Amino acid sequence: MAVEQAVGHKGHSKILKSLQRNWQLYIFLLPAVVYFFIFHYIPMYGIQIAFKDYFANLGMFGSPWVGFEHFERFFDSYYFERLLKNTIILNAYNLLLFPLPIIFALSLNELKNGAFKKWSQTLTYAPHFISVVVVVGMLVAFLDPNTGLVNHVVRLLGMEPIPFLTSPDWFRHIFVWSGQWQSLGWGTIIYLAALAGVNPELHEAAKVDGATRFQRIIHINIPSILPTIIILFILNIGNFMQIGFEKVLLMQNNLNSETSDIIQTFVYETGLLQGQYSFAAAIGLFESLINIVLLITVNQIARKVSNNSLW
Amino acid sequence: MSRFSLSDRAFDRVNFIFVLLVTLIIIYPLIFVISASISDPHAVNSGEMWLWPVDITLDGFNRVFQNDAIWIGYRNTIVYTATGVLIHLFILLPSAYALSRKELMAKKVFLWFILFTMLFNGGLIPTYLVVKSLGMVNTMWAIVVPGVIGAWSVLVARTFFQQTIPDQLVEASKIDGASDFYLFVRVVLPLSMPIIAVMALFHAVALWNQYFNALIYLSDEKLFPLQLILRQILILNEVSADSAATAAGAAQSFSDQIKTASLVKYAVIIVSALPLLIVYPFLQRFFVKGVLIGSVKE
Repeated sequence: MAVEQAVGHKGHSKILKSLQRNWQLYIFLLPAVVYFFIFHYIPMYGIQIAFKDYFANLGMFGSPWVGFEHFERFFDSYYFERLLKNTIILNAYNLLLFPLPIIFALSLNELKNGAFKKWSQTLTYAPHFISVVVVVGMLVAFLDPNTGLVNHVVRLLGMEPIPFLTSPDWFRHIFVWSGQWQSLGWGTIIYLAALAGVNPELHEAAKVDGATRFQRIIHINIPSILPTIIILFILNIGNFMQIGFEKVLLMQNNLNSETSDIIQTFVYETGLLQGQYSFAAAIGLFESLINIVLLITVNQIARKVSNNSLW
Repeated sequence: MSRFSLSDRAFDRVNFIFVLLVTLIIIYPLIFVISASISDPHAVNSGEMWLWPVDITLDGFNRVFQNDAIWIGYRNTIVYTATGVLIHLFILLPSAYALSRKELMAKKVFLWFILFTMLFNGGLIPTYLVVKSLGMVNTMWAIVVPGVIGAWSVLVARTFFQQTIPDQLVEASKIDGASDFYLFVRVVLPLSMPIIAVMALFHAVALWNQYFNALIYLSDEKLFPLQLILRQILILNEVSADSAATAAGAAQSFSDQIKTASLVKYAVIIVSALPLLIVYPFLQRFFVKGVLIGSVKE
């Protein structure tokens, strides 16, 4: 106490008083800070193994440095191009479907029948709650060449059954559209909330001017929710390269790996299955860097073009 | 004017049909799974059953309930989910509350400390090595602790506290001599039931559905959560079907095996997903609320 007062007289009394009065708030914060420190900041610091040769007995911080060796090995490898290409195509394909939830939200918003709207929302949100294991399990069952529902239809149309899940040509379509099945309804929530905030006077004025429903959607609703659209688009870009890795892993097999091998599954394989920790960490770091550069670039562009940005 | 209302009515009709179609397409696979789980597997596999159940049988569910691995997985998942949600709330709520209070000094520093983890993280391998060095591998803690809170949930809960707990209330209680601890437990928490429900539900769904942490951290089958068991039944079995054929020998018994296997698959999907799908319509507003608070820009 005496020490505190002595220091306090030197001009820190305000800070000390505040600390003294509110110390419990810092206790409240402590578990979260410890958690983020151990499970986020130590791993961040541990990224240094990407520039080291990891030996289990020396640990993350004691292993010898090797510089950019792992990166060079990765960039020079024959699979580098394939991994990068697959990762980019899969994610770009996914991003291409970004407008679908917007269209569906605009449609739901136009429904006059409130009960039907609610019913449709409840049903279309449901797949969001199904685990990725079950979704892939359903794909396996539905797409089975002999017993699957889809191939029964294919046969009805007079074609040969298609081995969807073991075909590199089909992997991306199945991955992306099954993802859309899961997320379409759920993805409308934020847009519907934004649409609920559209000023009704705009619609009244447009009606007086003789605008049709469709014209009002194009010229009132879409511009009104544009800020939301832009923010969500930036967030999507921020996750570019990282979408649905756990699902890819479940859908992957030797026969479709030509298109299903992406950077993250490769990190999992080389790192956790083969124990090449340093090499895998280097590849993981490469991917995170691409992500950050993309996020910053898109955010910057959005800020310039539209004044809407994350920061 | 009438010309427009006519085209508007046409618009309404087209729009209604569009929404109806999308809804039916999305819901159809779920109806199919439900019907398939109680239909004769022969009818399902031959394509005869395509919407409503054919030759209703509960054999699939019988087999699922006789399967010890599924029971163990179910129990593990319940234990992990319950434990994880409790720890989640225990860490999340006090920290988000502290961050919502203006008396907290260096708040910006703490916020950035947490927010930065959204932008950048150590990645799979360093995180794995940390979890391993903590001795968590092959224990339930590897499932429950990594990812127990995220920057997003801290932000959401903080926004809620900022919006619902008035400063005057806090100041008045402090003048009455209440400690922050007392205030938090007796005043703040009772006012925060909606956000507690939202956060608990989101985290529970995530834990219930996740398989990847279990895949990389657990090797003891007794610890496997339901999703890993499902992965074995639904996905891996398919790959090993060929090898099973030679092992089974007699073609007859093999086709029988395939039949019951597919029945079990649909039943096990229902058993695993049903709890969530049943409670979710009643909790829908909480989930929606969570998404919306989370979308408020700082």
